[in-house]
Amino acid sequence: MYRIPILQMGRNLLVTIQVDMQDQMALALQDDLANKISVTEAKGVLIDISALEIVDSFVGRMLASISGISRVLDATTVVVGMQPAVAITLVELGLSLTGVRTALNVERGMELLAQGQKENPLGR
Amino acid sequence: MSQETDVVLRLLEQHEEQIIAEWQAEAGASSSRLSDANRRGMRDEAEGLVRVVREALKSGGDPEQFEAPQWNPVRQALESLSRSRAAQGQSAGDTSVFVLAFKRPVFRAIQKDGRDSQLQMGAVWALSVLVDKMAQWTVQTYQQTREEIIKRQQQDLLELSTPVIKLFEGVLAVPMIGTLDSQRTQVVMETLLQRIVETGSTLAIIDITGVPTVDTLVAQHLLKTVAAIRLMGAECIISGIRPQIAQTIVHLGIDLQGIASKANLADALQMAMQQQGYIVTRARQA
Repeated sequence: MYRIPILQMGRNLLVTIQVDMQDQMALALQDDLANKISVTEAKGVLIDISALEIVDSFVGRMLASISGISRVLDATTVVVGMQPAVAITLVELGLSLTGVRTALNVERGMELLAQGQKENPLGR
Repeated sequence: MSQETDVVLRLLEQHEEQIIAEWQAEAGASSSRLSDANRRGMRDEAEGLVRVVREALKSGGDPEQFEAPQWNPVRQALESLSRSRAAQGQSAGDTSVFVLAFKRPVFRAIQKDGRDSQLQMGAVWALSVLVDKMAQWTVQTYQQTREEIIKRQQQDLLELSTPVIKLFEGVLAVPMIGTLDSQRTQVVMETLLQRIVETGSTLAIIDITGVPTVDTLVAQHLLKTVAAIRLMGAECIISGIRPQIAQTIVHLGIDLQGIASKANLADALQMAMQQQGYIVTRARQA
């Protein structure tokens, strides 16, 4: 099975999803990421899904639970580069991913991580 | 060519002038409000139709097979007739009455011709079939034209009513006008999200000054749009909430917690600028 690579950049972890997610792959990623956060003591996780064109409710829930897991392990998760069609699909599925931070692109996502644990000014 | 259509053709050729005049009188009598220009146009149309019908009969067109290639010119003439009538806003009834009025003058001509009653009946039947098919075709194209017009207008309305404006570096605005139904919300959501990606904007202002009523369904559509914008990684401000609408929202118990809302677009823009770290100062007194 293909495993999604997790790259370390300083105190942040970088995950780029470039293939269509299958359920096994999503579960493996969740596992790997949890281990990696605790090993590297990362403070931030950046998930780039700009190449992801198809999502289902499982992948949507996976994103939410990764965010939850990393919060418990004291890391901030930012999901970046979501396609409009994917956003609409997730909303229609009733998954608005409250509590997951999002950014338009990797650059903005990195800025958001650099800001650290500061609260979002718009009161999310 | 059969004997019956032969008779019709011969009569059309012999009495062309009279048939057209009678046709015009007949059609004019059945539709009351007609201007002189309309009458002249009607005469041209009648002449044109008689000509193409004659040609079609000459080339051996069978009225029972109106879809045959011999009838192509007739069908085209009828199409252009019903199209122009639809564009003028005349009803489908008026249009088909005009075509059906062709029957009586030719019937009369057949009656006067009276030689062989057997052949006469056949000619009457052939003509009847032909005119009915012509009328049917006219109404059909008329309806198609009207539907096309309606579809085009709907599309125009949908696109017109949902412009996405770039207000400032990194700030987009959508002034929503008219009732928000699921189809419109879908269009707004798609265009807005697409523009967010294109311009890399981090803030979108949805202005609902032009939305007449807000009920739970509309609010749900709004919340969906906001959620999608957030998923993309941008933020959203809702502006232009009128006092009555604010009351309705509270009475309906719609939860707008966590969504920034402003009374008008100016306030929203000010907040957007603040958010982006801009300070607006006045350089001199106007």
